[in-house]
Amino acid sequence: MGGLYLRAELQRTLRNRRFVIFSFIFPLTLYIAFTSADRHYRVGGVPFPLYYMIAMASFGALIAAISIGPRISAERQMGWTRQMRITPLPVWYYFAAKIITGYVVACTTLVVLYLAGLTYGVRLSAVDWLTMTGLFLVGLFPFAIIGVMLGHLLKPDSMGPVTGGVATLFLLVGGGFGNIGGTGIVHRLFELIPSYWLIRAGAVTLGGSPWTLEGWAVVLIWSAAFAILARIVYLRDTARA
Amino acid sequence: MTDTEVAPSISLARVAKSYGAVRAVRGVDLLVEAGETVALLGPNGAGKTTTLDMALGLVRPDSGQVTLFGLPPSRAIARGLVGGMLQTGVPLDYLRVRELIEVMASFYPTPRPTNEILELTGCATFQGQMTTGLSGGQAQRVRFAAALVGDPELLVLDEPTAALDVDGRREFWRAMRDVVAEQKTVVFATHNLEEADSHADRVVVINGGSIIADGTPSQIKATVGTKTIRMALPDIDLSELVTVAGVVNAQRHGLTVVLTCSDSDRALYELLDRYRSARDIEVIGGTLEEAFVALTSEEHG
Repeated sequence: MGGLYLRAELQRTLRNRRFVIFSFIFPLTLYIAFTSADRHYRVGGVPFPLYYMIAMASFGALIAAISIGPRISAERQMGWTRQMRITPLPVWYYFAAKIITGYVVACTTLVVLYLAGLTYGVRLSAVDWLTMTGLFLVGLFPFAIIGVMLGHLLKPDSMGPVTGGVATLFLLVGGGFGNIGGTGIVHRLFELIPSYWLIRAGAVTLGGSPWTLEGWAVVLIWSAAFAILARIVYLRDTARA
Repeated sequence: MTDTEVAPSISLARVAKSYGAVRAVRGVDLLVEAGETVALLGPNGAGKTTTLDMALGLVRPDSGQVTLFGLPPSRAIARGLVGGMLQTGVPLDYLRVRELIEVMASFYPTPRPTNEILELTGCATFQGQMTTGLSGGQAQRVRFAAALVGDPELLVLDEPTAALDVDGRREFWRAMRDVVAEQKTVVFATHNLEEADSHADRVVVINGGSIIADGTPSQIKATVGTKTIRMALPDIDLSELVTVAGVVNAQRHGLTVVLTCSDSDRALYELLDRYRSARDIEVIGGTLEEAFVALTSEEHG
């Protein structure tokens, strides 16, 4: 039933060129700036160009995923969400379309950063590329849910600082601006944050799976927790509407 | 209810809703049968939008029962039985008008052809335009097309002509007659009496969150029994005239006074007794507008 709706959502997003370009232009600029200086450095055993490629892809993808929020919020403000709620379109389909659209923009960032990585000498086997990308997409899921939650929590005018702040904070504690906390207790705490595992997807070159069971558990628990929060916020929001 | 009976399109039973200290709707009972065209008439802030939002399941009532076709609103909506035109709703951006209506059509099990709906609602001339550049009137047509394209059994319209000028209004109702088949149920909110009078076969008057009258336009006029007495009566104070039994309201136009009456016969006897100088006496049958004024002022008085 909703195939046309998903297509329209994708069309709407890709027609908004500025949105697409801005979701990868900052990570790309940062990548080029830092990688040019530190090509031969290693972080946790991972070559810097690879580590930072995934870190910056995470940055762009986090923003793309959390930006589901402002889009939902703007539609609520414009009132078209109410118009959709009195059609037979199921609510889960509406959210699925929003999340898939967020993923498409995130993948654009990923591809742009992969190309940049290649020019800085990142070389991986096909299996490693695919493993890394797969884990990356899984690790992104909690952030898409956070986006949906923010969309029903906030008005568009507070979205800018909140999405920018949330994305930057997650990236920082996940190690996107360099590994922080070394190996001590602080580092152990950061391993409980899903963005840590997003960036950890870049550790494919170290052999074995870059994700331990802990990684899967962290992503699953954060997704479930934010799904519950998103549901509470959604019900409260629509009861008041 | 037996199987042979058709469930009412809308059933509201003792439905109430408050926003903080404001009691927006206070225990409304309303049954709308299939095929009826009902105007929900009331001034701004009377509770029309809250009532319709509860009927559509957009607002949960604090108490009372809402069903559409015997189903909870969400289930009737899921079956594609309901179409609505809300007061607000800026069409989704980065889409062309035609694309948006095609998307809305795709949600319904048996939509009407997009071309036909675009034509009938007057959207055809700007169907290729992006939704971001539409005028207020154009956006209203797009919302109308979005409400109609699913070919719903029940059409709920919240102040559908609010953004339109006189011509736009006439065109809107012409399109309504062309598009909406006889057997469909239509409920529209309005504060425009003429619109209720000429386009509804039943008028439900709502004020202060309660239904204060319900019937055909002529029944409403008759229940109130509103008639107007006009007479040339200089030098008499209006405050004195409103004390006459049966008079609700008094106005002066030069030498002439215009008295709105709840009981014109009784008022006339007393007026003739009191004021022998009255001349050019006329008793005029009430309009819906006068009925409305009488009803809503009773409520507050």
